[in-house]
Formats: sequence, C-alpha cells, structure tokens
Amino acid sequence: MSEAVSAVADDVAPVRIEGPWREFWRAYAQSRGALLGLGLTVALILCAIFAGVIAPHPPYEQYREFTLTPPAWQAGGTKDFILGTDPVGRDILSRLIHGTRLSLLIGLISVAISLSLGVVLGLVAGYVRGWVETTIMRLMDVMLALPSLLLAIAVVAILGPGLINAMYAIAIVLLPHYVRLARAAVIAEAGKEYVQSSKIAGAGPLRLMFSTILPNCLAPLIVQATLGFSSAILDAAALGFLGLGAQPPTPEWGSMLADALEFIQRAPWVVTFPGLAILVTVLAFNLMGDGLRDALDPKLKR
Amino acid sequence: MALLEVEDLRVEFGSEFAPVVAVEGIDLALDAGEVVGCVGESGSGKSVTALAVMGLVEFPGRVRARRFAFAGRDLLALSEAQHRALVGKEIAMIFQDPLASLNPCFTVAFQLTETLRIHGSDAERASARLRRARALDLLRQVEIPDPEARLTAFPHQLSGGMAQRVMIAMAIACNPKLLIADEPTTALDVTVQAQVLELLLRLQRERGMALLLITHDLAIVAETAQRVFVMYAGQVVETGAVPQIFEAPKHPYTQALLAALPEHNRDRSRLKAIPGVVPGQHDRPTGCLLHPRCDYAVRRCSVEWPALAGPPGSEARCHFPLDAAGRPTHGWRPRDSCDRRQR
Repeated sequence: MSEAVSAVADDVAPVRIEGPWREFWRAYAQSRGALLGLGLTVALILCAIFAGVIAPHPPYEQYREFTLTPPAWQAGGTKDFILGTDPVGRDILSRLIHGTRLSLLIGLISVAISLSLGVVLGLVAGYVRGWVETTIMRLMDVMLALPSLLLAIAVVAILGPGLINAMYAIAIVLLPHYVRLARAAVIAEAGKEYVQSSKIAGAGPLRLMFSTILPNCLAPLIVQATLGFSSAILDAAALGFLGLGAQPPTPEWGSMLADALEFIQRAPWVVTFPGLAILVTVLAFNLMGDGLRDALDPKLKR
Repeated sequence: MALLEVEDLRVEFGSEFAPVVAVEGIDLALDAGEVVGCVGESGSGKSVTALAVMGLVEFPGRVRARRFAFAGRDLLALSEAQHRALVGKEIAMIFQDPLASLNPCFTVAFQLTETLRIHGSDAERASARLRRARALDLLRQVEIPDPEARLTAFPHQLSGGMAQRVMIAMAIACNPKLLIADEPTTALDVTVQAQVLELLLRLQRERGMALLLITHDLAIVAETAQRVFVMYAGQVVETGAVPQIFEAPKHPYTQALLAALPEHNRDRSRLKAIPGVVPGQHDRPTGCLLHPRCDYAVRRCSVEWPALAGPPGSEARCHFPLDAAGRPTHGWRPRDSCDRRQR
C-alpha cells in the first residue's frame, strides 16, 4: 500500500536534472558585464600564451633609430610600431603583450599562495575556535590594519626587490581577506545538520574540515580570488612602479610606467598604454568577479 | 541487558560554577527492536538527550551519567576514535530538517557511498561499483521513485520528503542497531509525514532495529511506539506503555498535553493550551518544575520537588499522580491551592 501512496504523493515528474555547470552558466550569462569580463579575460590569457607569436617585435629589441616614435595614427608614427616606441626604441605593443604574461603570472601565483594558506588558516580558526582562532584572527587584524601597499613595501624591503619577492609580498597582503572569509563561511556551515550527520557517520575532524565543510564555503572564496587577482596585478604594478617589483628591462607594466615617467610631457603614449593595459585587465577581472558572485552567492540568487 | 542503558544522565552547559542544566536525572533503557517515543514541548530537553547519546554534545557542554552504555560498552569511556567507529556503524540518527542534513555540495550517490566506504563490508570498501549498487538498493528500500536518476541529483533538487528518504537510506546503510529519529516528520507536510513514518516503521520491523522517536506530536507516538517517556524542562515526568499512558495519564503535564490535541477539542472554538512556556535558565521554579503551569498545583508543589514514583514502567514525577478518571490522588484537596504565579 505504501508504494502506491508514495508513487502518488511524491513528485514523479520526469527526472531531467540540470547539471551544476549548466545551472551555473545560466546564472552567470545573465549579466552582460560578466560576459564582457570573461571575454576580456580569455583574450588576455590567449595573449599571454601566444605572446611570442602575436607580438610584432621581440620585447627587449632596441631600435635605436626609432626612439620615442609616436603611435601609428599620430604624425611621425610608422606602421612598424603601432603603439609607438619607448625612450630606448623598444616596441611598446610587443612589450605590453609580453607584460600580460607577467601580470597574469603574478596574479595567479600570489592568489594561489594566499588562497591556499588563507583557506587552511581560516578553516582551522573557524573549526577549532578558542585560543587558536583568537591568535590567528588577531594576527590577521594586525595585517589588515596596515595599509596594503605599505605592508607590501615592508615585505619587499625585507626580502629584497624582485618579481618573485613581490609575489610573496602581495600574497601576504592579500592573506587576511581569505582567512576572514573562510573563517566566516566555516562558522556558518559548521553548525549545520549535515555536518552533524557526517560526524555521526564517523567522519574525523580533518575529513569534516576539508571534505565536508570546505566545499560548501568555496563560493565566496572563488569570488574573492577573482577579485584578488585584480588587486594583485594592481599591487604588482605599484611595486614595479616604485622599483621594488620587476626590475628593468623586464616588460612589466608597472615598471614600464616608471621607466617612462620623465617623458610624460613629450611622449604621453609611453605611459598611456601600460596604464590602459592595467586598467583593462583589472576591469576584466573585477567584472568577472562580480558576475561570479552573482552566480554563486546563494543570497543574491534569484 | 538492554541495548541502550542510560542512568541518571545530566547534560550541562556554561560555566562549572553556574551551569545551565539542559537535562538531568534521565533514566532510559531501550531494548533491541523496541520503538520508544519521547515527547515534550520545545525546550524540554528531547534533542539534547539524543545528542548526548550520539556523543554530539561538545565543549562547553558536559555529559555525566551513572551508567551510559550501548550494547554493554560504556560510551563515556571510549576514546573519540572508538566512539566514531561504534556510533557511525551501530547508532544512526536522522534529523528534523532533511534538506539541511544533506551536504549541498555532493550528489546523493556520493553521500550514500561515502558512509559505505568507511563502515561498509570489506567487499564494499574495495569496490566502487558494489557501493553504487548498494546505494541504488538503499534508495529502492526507502521507496524513492526513479532511484537511478536520483543518484546523480544534488540535495536542492529533491523535495523535502525525498530528502528525508535519502537521509533514512543513509542512516540504515550500515544496518544500525539503534536509530534515533529527532522529529523526523516535523518539517514535512502531512501526507508525506504519514509515508515517511510508515517507511521508518517498516524498516524498523524488517531489520529489528530499536527506534527512539523524538517528537512533540503525541499522535505519532500513539500510532507507533510501544513505550513513551514524557519530558518537561529537562526531566522525565512520566513513563508508560502505549496505550495506557494515553488512556489514563498519571502526570498532569501529560494530561494537559493530551487535552491540547486538536482531536480532543472538537467542539471548542479555541484549542485548550497549556498556559506559559517551559522554564529556562533564569525562571526555573522551586519545587515541581511544572507547578506554575499546573491546574492542580498546591502549596506542597511549589516547595518540594517530586521524585519519579510508581510501579516500574509506569512512573510519574508528581506528588498527586492522577487516577484513571483524571483526578489527583494521594490526598489532594483543592483548597490547598496556592496562588498560581501570575504571568
């Protein structure tokens, strides 16, 4: 009898279950800004991968007879150097294209470091609570209290200038955000009944932390990581500009700006285009991050 | 020897010096294959008792008991790892809100097979295909329509009734000896409630599990349980067999609970309710904990805390247990009535 009853009352609707990816894409594609951000990001990634093929000139090649050539559409510009050349005659377009590699690499590595470290610290703080949590969170509060660039400069000052050290510095600066986010999400999830039922089923603390709770906290972390990508790129440019990040002749956008600063009156293109590249990249990641947040955050959903 | 033996269970929260007592003096014995109901209002300590049995009361909560044993093994003496190994396999629990009890990030199949990967038989632990087959079989046992398709579903794609069926499937996956159901049907609508309850009882009969059914719905207990204990403010106020306890409640609280059932209020325009709420940490009365809300309270009730008394298996915590006609006995006289506390 019970089978008959259950067959009637439970919904027996044809089971066509939408996959999680498809569902996510539907939510994400609703925003035009998000799609634009995604498109730009994909273009930048392609640019970085195929930099050697796309760039018309080698990034370090100095064309001494063409120093400070204006862009192609200005008087005195040539088709050979579409965005002009810098004070030592290097093609700006080629350098920008190669700079994409560096910027994305900086973003990727510093976000990866701070995300993984931040998730572990936040997870431990939110799960263990007590003095462990207090210690971790107060430390993070101290790091947050310092202006981010100042902290990055301090770290670079300790480690010494250079691209790799700049990445570490940026990772440290970004860390507190991930720790706080992960901890808040873990605390919210840890009290839920599925965690209890998993505990009843015999899951130990490590399993509970990493395979039961963590996947449910990922949405805000993914969003923060995407947004953190842009601030990492921005910070790297700032460090490069101050001469603490990538060292010349590396075609890093920030150091390109710094190198050309004295020519800002005479040859505005040498600073305009690296600046624009930074702007576009940061914008692309921010748009994508916003789109991801709208698509992943259950509070904003529908 | 009973399957679950609890004597003088006490669960406290807060500081050592001013503890908040959630539950005290609970005696509980469950035999294999027995269905026991546990009823009481919100805040009467039903769930805390269940959590204590499952070992889920965490610091700063403290569990104390004179005896606290499952299948002869002292639960309080086990290490955490031993406790996990025992509890996951032999005691299972299902919760009130089925959708919150499933991990939203994983499919039904993953969650069902995860338990088997740890607690399953040797063959199941080794073979993923065997686990999947077993998961499918479990879904069939809990009568989920189209089980193959549900295996790949995520919790948010299930209805409440189906989610509770999945929870039951997970709970019975390891053939537990004791199943604790903490308000298993409260979050479901009435038609689904009946099905889920019937399913639980069928599985209980087929597998000879003991079932501890925690609920505030007396009707459910009347239909299903063999024995009931009624809880109030962290204490057992009456124990008894079904249906005697419903026909002739001995404790005024049980009587009042029964009087509040809609079935007993057919000709009234309003339900007869028990005035007031369960006392909490700060408004714990002296004497009998029920006396501010009791129809029969006299001066003695506000002074002296009654002990659980009566023939074994049919005890009540009252100075003046009610007789078969529902009148207080032991020399109760209405003119002794003290001023009932104003609310």
